[in-house]
Amino acid sequence: MKLLDKIFKFNGGIQTNPKKDISTKNSIKCLPIPSELRLPLRQHIGNMPKLKVKVGDQVLKGELIAEADGNISAAIHAPTSGKIKSVEKLLIPHPSGLPDFCVTLIPDNKDQWIKKAPVNWKKLGIEKTIKLLLNSGIVGLGGAAFPSHLKLGNNRNSPINTLIINAAECEPYITCDDMLMRERGNDLIKGIKLVQSLLGAKQTIIGIEDNKPEAYKIISDLIIKESSVHIKVVPTIYPSGDAKRLIFLINGIKISKEKRSSEYGIQMFNVATIVAIYRFIVHGEASLSRIVTITGNIKEPRNYEVLFGTPLQSLIQDTGGQKIRNNTFIMGGPMMGFKLPSIDVSVTKTMNCVISAEPEMIEAKKEPLPCIRCAKCAEACPVLLQPQELFWFSKSDQFEKAQNYNLFDCIECGCCSYVCPSNIPLVQFYRYAKSEIIAQSIAKEEADIARERNDFRILRLEREKKERAERNAQRKAENTSEEKSKLIEEKRAEIAAAMNRIKDNEKIK
Amino acid sequence: MLTSILIILFLAVIIGLVLGFSSVQFKVKGDPIIEKIDSILPQTQCGQCNYPGCKPYATAIAKGEADINQCPPGGEAGVRALAELMGVEYKPLNESHGTTKPKAIAFIDEDTCIGCTLCIQACPVDAILGAAKQMHTIIEKECTGCELCLPPCPVDCITMESIEENAENWKWKYPVYSISTSKTKVNH
Repeated sequence: MKLLDKIFKFNGGIQTNPKKDISTKNSIKCLPIPSELRLPLRQHIGNMPKLKVKVGDQVLKGELIAEADGNISAAIHAPTSGKIKSVEKLLIPHPSGLPDFCVTLIPDNKDQWIKKAPVNWKKLGIEKTIKLLLNSGIVGLGGAAFPSHLKLGNNRNSPINTLIINAAECEPYITCDDMLMRERGNDLIKGIKLVQSLLGAKQTIIGIEDNKPEAYKIISDLIIKESSVHIKVVPTIYPSGDAKRLIFLINGIKISKEKRSSEYGIQMFNVATIVAIYRFIVHGEASLSRIVTITGNIKEPRNYEVLFGTPLQSLIQDTGGQKIRNNTFIMGGPMMGFKLPSIDVSVTKTMNCVISAEPEMIEAKKEPLPCIRCAKCAEACPVLLQPQELFWFSKSDQFEKAQNYNLFDCIECGCCSYVCPSNIPLVQFYRYAKSEIIAQSIAKEEADIARERNDFRILRLEREKKERAERNAQRKAENTSEEKSKLIEEKRAEIAAAMNRIKDNEKIK
Repeated sequence: MLTSILIILFLAVIIGLVLGFSSVQFKVKGDPIIEKIDSILPQTQCGQCNYPGCKPYATAIAKGEADINQCPPGGEAGVRALAELMGVEYKPLNESHGTTKPKAIAFIDEDTCIGCTLCIQACPVDAILGAAKQMHTIIEKECTGCELCLPPCPVDCITMESIEENAENWKWKYPVYSISTSKTKVNH
């Protein structure tokens, strides 16, 4: 237990007003089934799933709508029973504000379940159970949306010793994990034990920030009898909830770049993901709903448990709407989230929080000033990068240099932008540089394929030319052979004879 | 006197052997500069540079026969990269070779296609699938958008469709903001 007493502090980070209490006064509320559900097909990292239904199909609650395409993908299920109205491009909650493929479902309000198939994982074996999880639709519900079966499955080469439960929830405003721990603690502990045995981990450590005393008390009371499950309180320093930062806070282990925590015998799951895995295996329920925090400049901020596809507007309406109308909403936290281009979107697997922007969030954004090289950003950077250098390189499109300065290690936590006295939107520059570099590397791959195909075509054309020339030469050679010339001579003689006959006949006439 | 001559001779023979061996063993196949230029070119194989493809253009640049600003699909960034590689001044794209267009891919109107195979013969990357008197279609993934299939089509059933921005290929934009010009009060 000595390890549990020590906290390893990471470099930098920031301390802000967590503003969590505004949305924890009310309990989690469930809303009645909405009149229409909009399910974007792309809700996770990886391939877009393959559509399994047609327009007009009747589906039951929990029925497969789209099947995982390949291993890095996740399935999508019908959140309630009803009829498929359309498959079309509609707005999705994405910073681009561009439409993407969505399935629209009209609920029949019967909420009729498909036959549930709980997984007897002890009998079935771990490997087969994890295969079943591929079509459970469960992805990391902390916001990254990485398919969960991949995290459970890759423990063959390096056995997992420690399961870390991410309950830090370090961004201000967000409280969905906090409320889940307060109200669904039993499911969470059962889920932790289940995932621990699936991973073969010896112990579990729950990492929780010290600004959640209620949740801490509930969870620590529940784990009193569990000898292998521990809870560790970490200080409220943003970004303590980042996977590598939390591992360091808890274990003092630094995960070097380009390595995964599983190579160090550690695997991490968010609390909501654990509950989703528990519900799938024990109750046979696919991932159909999640808890969303609606907070900020809103009349009655609270958490909702809603079906995926529920219109965001219905949640905002239920809270009573904005206190001060500005129609600006942020999805995710105030540090890493993005401004929603429109609220005509639905709740997806990645939507953990929607903040109605406070007036000061919009108005107080001071105009950026030139960089004065104060290096406050470098002090705040939890990944030990040189944000001011990355800023110069990104700003002047020197992408190679930016990469040499480990641009891709940046977790986009926003600490640098937060502390910048010149108000420079640093993270926006890093995001710009990253997406340009990714686009360039895709273009390069495509060019390489085109070059290969062009080379092959030239080779093929040359080969065909050569073959044709060979065939012609062969034909010519055949024509000049002795037998052929004999044949030709015979024919010629026959023709000559025939001509003579004609002449003779004419003479007779 | 004799020893020094012998030592020099001995050294000459050893060095000669090493050089001879390495010139055979470590011979560089092909011209590496051509490969380098070719890797910068976008591999559209469109021939707008007046050479039959990207490789021939790369060869011409390496020989000093062609200028670096003849590749419209490569755009300004391509010319800059070539200028840096060749150690010459940047110059704007020569517009007589065409202008840079957003990337597009060919699309065959399958109802109009008569199956003449002329476009198949024109495609530099074999991205068109079809046979005589059978409908043809473009393999979207392989199309470089070179437009070489457009002129041979006798029924004009091929059109170029630009790739629209979608949620998958969307990029974060360059942050645009105005630097504050108003003098803010400084409290001392």
